[in-house]
Amino acid sequence: MKLPLWLKEFFIQVSITLLSILISFIVGAVFIVIAGANPIEVYLKLFEGIFLNPYGLAQMIFKATPLIIAGLSIALGFRAGLFNIGSEGQIIVGGFLCAYVGFTFTNLNSFVLIPLCLIAAFVGGAIWAGIPAILRVKTGAHEVITTIMMNFIAMALTNYFITYHFHLPETVHTQSISSSAFLGRLDHFITAFKGSPANMSFVIAILLCVICWWVISKTPYGYETRAVGFNPNAAKTAGININRNLFTTFLISGGLSGLASINFIMGYKHYFEEGFSQGVGFMAIAVALVGQNNPFGIIFSALLFGALSHGTLVINALVPKDIIQILEALVIFFVISSNIFAKKYLSRIRD
Amino acid sequence: MDDFFKIFSLSLLSQTIRISIPYILAALGATVSELGGVVNIGLEGLILIGAFFSVIGNYYTNNPWLGLLFGVFGGVVFAWLHAYVSIKFRANQIISGIALNIMAVGVTKFFLKFIFHSSSNSSRISGITPINTPLSKIPLIGDIVSSPLIIITIVLIFAVYYTVYKTSFGLRLRSVGENPEAADTLGINVYKIRYIGVLVSGALAALGGVWLAYDQHQFTDGMSGGRGYIALAAMIFGKWDPLLATIASLLFGFAEAIQIQLQTMGINIPVQFIQMIPYALTIIVLALSLSKSQSPSADGIPYEKE
Repeated sequence: MKLPLWLKEFFIQVSITLLSILISFIVGAVFIVIAGANPIEVYLKLFEGIFLNPYGLAQMIFKATPLIIAGLSIALGFRAGLFNIGSEGQIIVGGFLCAYVGFTFTNLNSFVLIPLCLIAAFVGGAIWAGIPAILRVKTGAHEVITTIMMNFIAMALTNYFITYHFHLPETVHTQSISSSAFLGRLDHFITAFKGSPANMSFVIAILLCVICWWVISKTPYGYETRAVGFNPNAAKTAGININRNLFTTFLISGGLSGLASINFIMGYKHYFEEGFSQGVGFMAIAVALVGQNNPFGIIFSALLFGALSHGTLVINALVPKDIIQILEALVIFFVISSNIFAKKYLSRIRD
Repeated sequence: MDDFFKIFSLSLLSQTIRISIPYILAALGATVSELGGVVNIGLEGLILIGAFFSVIGNYYTNNPWLGLLFGVFGGVVFAWLHAYVSIKFRANQIISGIALNIMAVGVTKFFLKFIFHSSSNSSRISGITPINTPLSKIPLIGDIVSSPLIIITIVLIFAVYYTVYKTSFGLRLRSVGENPEAADTLGINVYKIRYIGVLVSGALAALGGVWLAYDQHQFTDGMSGGRGYIALAAMIFGKWDPLLATIASLLFGFAEAIQIQLQTMGINIPVQFIQMIPYALTIIVLALSLSKSQSPSADGIPYEKE
């Protein structure tokens, strides 16, 4: 039986990624040994703590949720050849606007307020991406640098608003959003998840994956975006308005990042607090990378990074929990290094 | 009006310099790396690594100079990781830089717990004590000439400038960043030159970290505190020129020093707006396209030998 080409490519791509992840864990074991622990014991504990109990699974889902949404944001940008490192800042601004709407319009019911908060999160992220987007289109200023700078401005600006205007006395966070804007926790439906703040944001994240997949592969806009990312010059010759496509894609990417804040704001703590995003915007770059910029690949890679993120608590007794961060960095290093081999094999089987 | 003049005291000058040193060193490093065509946004992590390794070196040998060397060594090793991945495997340099930053946070926290049994800071270390000479008594420059690390930094500023613009290595460095194909045709080893650029950036950024750690006589978790990104901003603001990047670093340091000064005088302007200055200025400069043509043409593009 002869496998179709796309399936072969898929298997090669997936096995090279899995192999890179495996190598990362082997290299990570060196650090564990240095710290005087047994790597097999640590990895078994990690596996057991995440996959063999419902709470661990729920925590993995909870941690993966913002990574899925922000991962989509980054992947969409990549598809158009945009490098949006500003996800972190867009999450912060989106989250701030989402919380603001949530604690301001308290007389609205859930059917109005939940969509309104979602829109606010999207718009906040889109506005924050809008500045680098305009600069990219109008002046050619590279988005990598401008979005990095926008991240820091977002942190300082929201920090200012919290410190001087919106914090509850004696705290460093805003007041709570209206309970009509709460997204229900999954443990209402699945009792085994009890104690985990995993919430309906996860369902929204999965829906967004389906929508993104549909938009990218089935609509004229998606086709244009892929064309622009694949070969801008050819796209231009084909009559595609590159700047308009880049601008739109940048705004949607920013909006998606903004939506990554809902897991915390609408589903978990219900207020805005400085540092709530916890570097999700950066980890999302790794998620998009490992997921090969594919919406469904992103779900799996977000679950992997979500699992690792929860893993910090699982293994803390055996080895300093920061081993997880080292593992995450190793995964990124090995996956980006493996791309060169993937390309080589793929071009070989295509010939 | 009196207050206005009080701001500009002697302590403002030394404060500015103290704040600017890590910016200057990391910005010089970024400049060297990018002139050679490799984007290095791992500066933040390299500063952290430099700080941590120097503290370990100083702690175990009781010799701050060996500590300094160990810090720089750590920076070079981690920069090599970035160089290897982005030059040899032609991986995306931005993502590699981000991975380097994550790695640095992980490694320093991991060994902080392991060596010093603390999740926040190391034990106290001596650092380099100022050298007292008759010159130290001169106001204004006395503090500067008695701090060996400041002297080293000043020497490095000019050394980098001289190397980049006046030596054959500098010419080769700039040519592999501008047009690697042409440089290759002329028999220049593009990979080797780029490696050197990245490793030098590791050493310089790490030295910035050494300064931080020695200034505070310990390592604290996350002590790089975004300085690597300010250095990146200084490099762009300085149009990829070592001297201009130094001036930009001083400017950013000056803004911070003024803010601190105002605070000690009881005038409270929100610190957040001062914090935004480097980033906002950099965006404005980019928006005005002032440095569009200044960035090396092949910056960030992996080179593949035919």
